[in-house]
Amino acid sequence: MSNYMVNLKINNIPVSVPEGTTILEAAKKLNFRIPTLCYHEDLSVAGNCRVCVVEQVGARLLQAACAIPASEGMEILTNSNKVRQARKHIIELLLSEHRADCTECYKNGNCELQDLAHEYGVNQHLFIDLARKRNYTIDRSSPSIIKDDSRCIRCQRCVRTCDELQGVSALAVAYKGEHQKISTFFEHPMFEVVCTNCGQCINRCPTGALIEKTYIDEVWDAINDPNKHVVVQTAPAVRIGLGEVLGYEPGERVTGKMVTALKLLGFDSVLDTDFTADLTIMEEGTELLTRLKKALVDKEKVALPMMTSCSPGWIKFQEHLFPNLLENLSTCKSPQQMFGALAKTYYAQKRGIDPKNIVSVSIMPCTAKKFEANRPEMRSSGYQDVDYVLTTRELGLMIKQAGIDFMKLPDSPYDNIMGESTGAAVIFGATGGVMEAALRTAYEIVTGREVPFRNLNITPVRGFEGIREATVKIEGCLPEWSFLEGVELKVAVAHGLANAKKLMQAVNDGILSYHFIEVMACPGGCLGGGGQPIPTNLEIRKKRAEAIYAEDEGMPLRKSHENPEIHLIYQDFLGKPLSHKSHELLHTHYIPRKRY
Amino acid sequence: MENKLKKVDLIFCKTCQDDIEVVKKALKRNPDDIINEIIDSGLKGRGGAGFPTGLKWKFAKAQPSDIKYVVCNADEGEPGTFKDREILDQVPTKVLAGMAICAYCIGAKEGFIYLRAEYNFMLNKLNQIVEEFNSKMKEVGLNFEIQIRSGAGAYVCGEESALFESIEGKRGEPRNKPPFPTVVGLFGKPTVINNVETFVYTAMINHLGAQRFKELGTQDSRGSKVFSVSGDTPKAGIYELELGMTVEDFVKEFGDGDTKAVQVGGASGHCVPRKKFENTIIGFEGIPTGGSMMLFNSSRSMYNVLKDYLEFFTEESCGQCTPCRVGCQQLLKGIEAVKRGERPASYLEELKKLAQTMRIAAKCGLGQSVANPFISIVDNFKEEIIY
Repeated sequence: MSNYMVNLKINNIPVSVPEGTTILEAAKKLNFRIPTLCYHEDLSVAGNCRVCVVEQVGARLLQAACAIPASEGMEILTNSNKVRQARKHIIELLLSEHRADCTECYKNGNCELQDLAHEYGVNQHLFIDLARKRNYTIDRSSPSIIKDDSRCIRCQRCVRTCDELQGVSALAVAYKGEHQKISTFFEHPMFEVVCTNCGQCINRCPTGALIEKTYIDEVWDAINDPNKHVVVQTAPAVRIGLGEVLGYEPGERVTGKMVTALKLLGFDSVLDTDFTADLTIMEEGTELLTRLKKALVDKEKVALPMMTSCSPGWIKFQEHLFPNLLENLSTCKSPQQMFGALAKTYYAQKRGIDPKNIVSVSIMPCTAKKFEANRPEMRSSGYQDVDYVLTTRELGLMIKQAGIDFMKLPDSPYDNIMGESTGAAVIFGATGGVMEAALRTAYEIVTGREVPFRNLNITPVRGFEGIREATVKIEGCLPEWSFLEGVELKVAVAHGLANAKKLMQAVNDGILSYHFIEVMACPGGCLGGGGQPIPTNLEIRKKRAEAIYAEDEGMPLRKSHENPEIHLIYQDFLGKPLSHKSHELLHTHYIPRKRY
Repeated sequence: MENKLKKVDLIFCKTCQDDIEVVKKALKRNPDDIINEIIDSGLKGRGGAGFPTGLKWKFAKAQPSDIKYVVCNADEGEPGTFKDREILDQVPTKVLAGMAICAYCIGAKEGFIYLRAEYNFMLNKLNQIVEEFNSKMKEVGLNFEIQIRSGAGAYVCGEESALFESIEGKRGEPRNKPPFPTVVGLFGKPTVINNVETFVYTAMINHLGAQRFKELGTQDSRGSKVFSVSGDTPKAGIYELELGMTVEDFVKEFGDGDTKAVQVGGASGHCVPRKKFENTIIGFEGIPTGGSMMLFNSSRSMYNVLKDYLEFFTEESCGQCTPCRVGCQQLLKGIEAVKRGERPASYLEELKKLAQTMRIAAKCGLGQSVANPFISIVDNFKEEIIY
């Protein structure tokens, strides 16, 4: 932004802003809120909904405050009669095209259009109802996302999200005029296109046009079935996001309350995905060291850089767009799927329960996990390893349905077994966290010493830069790892698939080379996942990240290999990392998919 | 009576100028002088919006950029307009000469003609002419090359920023303004975009001098203009006329003796009823037009005329902005509902208010101008709309 200041008046109050500041931002500075719909802080400016129009004194046209920069001497009125009439009309027009049966809508109570309709006291029936007569499609083909065109206001936030943040462009604008709609490649169903199920479009949809497919009723049925033993796992980022659905400000850690609530809901066993996050580090860290040994000592041709495989949106992205790099993906299943496979084998054995009676539920900050659980590869227990995946938002809704006063709940610990975890697992929820957790463990395996960063905090891989790089020099190796002596381990971290795409192109073209790459499909990592509370923006994601790192620092154990339950499972069940049994239950393979 | 209406023969005259010589003459002049002469001539854009052409060139010239573009808007989509087709067919090199002079003035090396899809029948011929012209430009020492880009049939792509998007290979949707094309235009570079006819006049002014141009027309509307005359007229066709006539003068020449209304400026223009013929000037002091003049006699239902226009806009809105996409549909469904008696006549007042909102809140000229035909037809032919 320029250093040059421009002076203008908004509602007769003078204000100075740097050149390039929009009217919307300038008004915010004076605490005037201008309503918006197509505008989203994470996205480029479209200026197409026109709800933010303001009057510029002397100008014939109203101006879209989100799109027009403030200029010297401008006089802006944000609430003149002319503006109010236009805004009201625009909201009424949107409602006339919108299936406004709010009580039936999943987004009822969290809908930006509904809020504006209330605020402006609109007459919903002023204009002719266009929605009723139209043949809108509701696309339920995807196991993750429901796309309901009858609730779409064509703000194109989803289109910009899919393009700008994710580089996928599964959603695009089709047709023109009255027929204009948001659609997919040749209008194929969502399940058949390049959509990664990341759900970022859901996070930015102002209405109920894009929502997750919910499995709440199925989970209630399972809980209420006396013959079923229902286990639930909670992903790292849920504990720092759930509070937002239940009355807390962003950044509140509600781990203990969440566990209590899950027990009150009637789950038979409340366990932690963090346990299998620690397990992932053991498997994936060993896999990385094995690949490095093959490359450096045995001079074998192995796929490097190795890439993380925890994020199912990222996996599907790679399968579609870089199928030539599938060998680079770690074969480790995601923590959710490791948990699922173990729940119906290890856990069932230990607890003496017939796995056919176990219903395995996971609470995820993610919509792609719903797709992942349905992948045919994810049945290594002999059953579908994870039966139902609920988002953070769905869990919030269940807690509300059960009438639980969440804020007043006491804390409870996770059940055992598979409830123990470390700080290394918690940080899986933030971009760079898997990398940091892997380095904490791998470095110590190789050198016998802690990773040389203050308080174990590997800050170079933290933060919100789209792509981050770090180099860790390995010195003082234990004898068996001497081949790594002096090696500078080069790592990279990307979050948001648009950044991943840039990184992959550079890797593919041989411009950049690394040993290990972490990619999370969603901006900020899982804490900004497509199943997390709405709204989202950078500020909210930063607060969630602070909470994640605070949770890590507050844990007595902060390195995956120190988790006593991890020792136990290798001793009693798996043998050692990358054992035959591990491969059977904890590892998977990937399938090339078409590009559109 | 007929002498009130001065027919002019500047545009289509094939012997008046050697277009390559015109460019050569311009290359000997200082660009600022050329631009100042165009400013002095009072030439305003002939596409309909009427922005002073010389100023546009001046703004683009002032931009510090190594890459600039000259774009000729030949996406002649306004219903009732067909004069650019004739110009490109009859005197294409006059257009190219205007573009070359513009390129010389602002410092552009590349030019584009955006040709509406329906005019693809002339694409081969035009490509050949452009190719010859390009090599002639090399010979005369001007580093400027023109290419033709074909549209795909969307009316909105005649809107300059949507046209840029289309050339860039994107969906043809208007951009936010500012920034204007002279600052951020095609491929994000400073761009002059003018109508086909405008470029011809710039070449002509360079050839004959501003004085000759200024002798024609009025204070606000200098020069002559090519009109496309259609509808209930025995003389449908293309005419170059001096600006500043009244609708009355026009109807006397072109009407069939029973003219009840003239739609000036195409579907997005204004409807002038008989009682206002005498006091309405065709030009920037009255009702401007990109050339379309549609005459309606008493056998026509103005309800059907308006319905037709609204169907056109409902279809041709790009659909991105709310006032235009939904507003057009509501205006159309609204008059249908009034006609069928499903809504009271007073609903027309609500619809007029909506049209006013569209006029000031729509993102581009398309949505903003739907109010023109709507309000002028509803106000002047209310009975025909209701009964």
